[in-house]
Amino acid sequence: MSTIEENTKDSVDAAVKEPGAPEKESEKIEPGLAQGSIIVSFVIGLAIALIIGWIVFPALLYSEKEQPFDFSHEVHNDLVDGCESCHYFRDDGTFAGVPKLWLCRDCHEEVQGGTADEETFVYEYVWNDREVPWRIYSKQPDCVFFSHAAHVVKAEMDCETCHGPIGESDSLKPYEENVITGYSRDIWGKSISGLNKKHIWESMKMDDCADCHKEAGMESSVQTKKDACFVCHK
Amino acid sequence: MKKGHEHKNPKKYGMVIDLDKCTGCGACMVACMAENNVPFKKDESNKLDSITWLRVYKLTNNKPYPDTEICYLPRPCMHCEGSHGHSPCVSVCPATATDYSTETGIVSQIYTRCFGCRYCMAACPYHARYFNWWDPVWPTGMEQMLSPNVSPRMRGVVEKCSFCYHRYQLAMEKAYFEEREDLEEDEYQTACTEACPAGAIVFGDLNNKGHAVYKLKSDPRAFRLLERLGTNPKVYYLSSREWVRRQGDNYLEHEETGKARQKVHH
Repeated sequence: MSTIEENTKDSVDAAVKEPGAPEKESEKIEPGLAQGSIIVSFVIGLAIALIIGWIVFPALLYSEKEQPFDFSHEVHNDLVDGCESCHYFRDDGTFAGVPKLWLCRDCHEEVQGGTADEETFVYEYVWNDREVPWRIYSKQPDCVFFSHAAHVVKAEMDCETCHGPIGESDSLKPYEENVITGYSRDIWGKSISGLNKKHIWESMKMDDCADCHKEAGMESSVQTKKDACFVCHK
Repeated sequence: MKKGHEHKNPKKYGMVIDLDKCTGCGACMVACMAENNVPFKKDESNKLDSITWLRVYKLTNNKPYPDTEICYLPRPCMHCEGSHGHSPCVSVCPATATDYSTETGIVSQIYTRCFGCRYCMAACPYHARYFNWWDPVWPTGMEQMLSPNVSPRMRGVVEKCSFCYHRYQLAMEKAYFEEREDLEEDEYQTACTEACPAGAIVFGDLNNKGHAVYKLKSDPRAFRLLERLGTNPKVYYLSSREWVRRQGDNYLEHEETGKARQKVHH
């Protein structure tokens, strides 16, 4: 009982005091200064939110994973005849992607160049007949269908258009895995907002595919007036 | 950089099912489930829970012996064209999860896009759409045997027959690789068509004069289900029996069958 009485007493006091209080405050602080401090605190809050959203969260979201051993596209590119030598089409039009051990074995039955990475490859994988568990940077989610033949053969696109100058790279970059979805960071791309995209290979989101298809005049979807969903989905 | 994509001959894939040939064996249903990673339940008799992209219905003329007759009717998704691709389900989907392609005439369902409101199920007059009330549970080891060409579904989304669209994707991939634009009739066939031992299901491009379905759709025995709704379905049925054709729509006693198609179609 006593607490309720106290509470009601307090609230009555507050009600009495309240009308007077704001008047005193406004007398002390100039209106311009109050507005300024609101804007300053908004800007500081926005900056903190953006830092968290664009820097802290992505840093926490992606976990860097190393490949089993390093690989130089540059070295191989000098020795073979173009990307298709290792990344080839099968007879049924499907794309082989990252080559399997049987193809590497053609040259790497024994150590050739003598780098530590090659020794790891030959001794641990070739001699033990183990496939290399490469992490695939461009692996798309399960619901995506992608046809290399449609892009490379039909649309006559170069590998570099989508993959960038990967053939000139001397080492593999770390694989960044999204800890929530398990997808590679190359799918969403480094840019969180996706606004300052300069090259096609910077991200491989659904909108990136859809924009390109729309540009190429493919508009078979009744719903979106873009390309139909079942072109890239399965 | 990119070569423009021109499609001069839009395709319109469809099916003609000869009910005079169908024996109701159910091989098409089995083939469909295996092909498309369709999850099954312990109790498949619970029709609120079970999922069948292709379902064989049993029709009867309701006459006493010796006039009793039955007919089996396999029902896939009708891939309705409606008017200019506005099929019932596509029109109501608020998530753009289902779509109509003017290039193939196939109604797609994107499981990762669907949020499970089930408007499409309410809109579909053929009960061709099914809701995943549960995540699929495969018998031990079976998840290793799923087809990698068909994305498995999760709890809370709607699924339906896709005319085995993944087979079209793979066939087109091969065609592009061989620098072709068009497919032969036998390059893209659905799993149910291949499985039917009676040869009752015929599949192909309804726009292509060289395909068997092109002629069969104009057969005098041909009818479509609930034609008068204007759904413009792409699955045709053939039956020489008038009572079967009458069950294809809600006819009044004095009404004749086969009139609606002419109105919608020509």
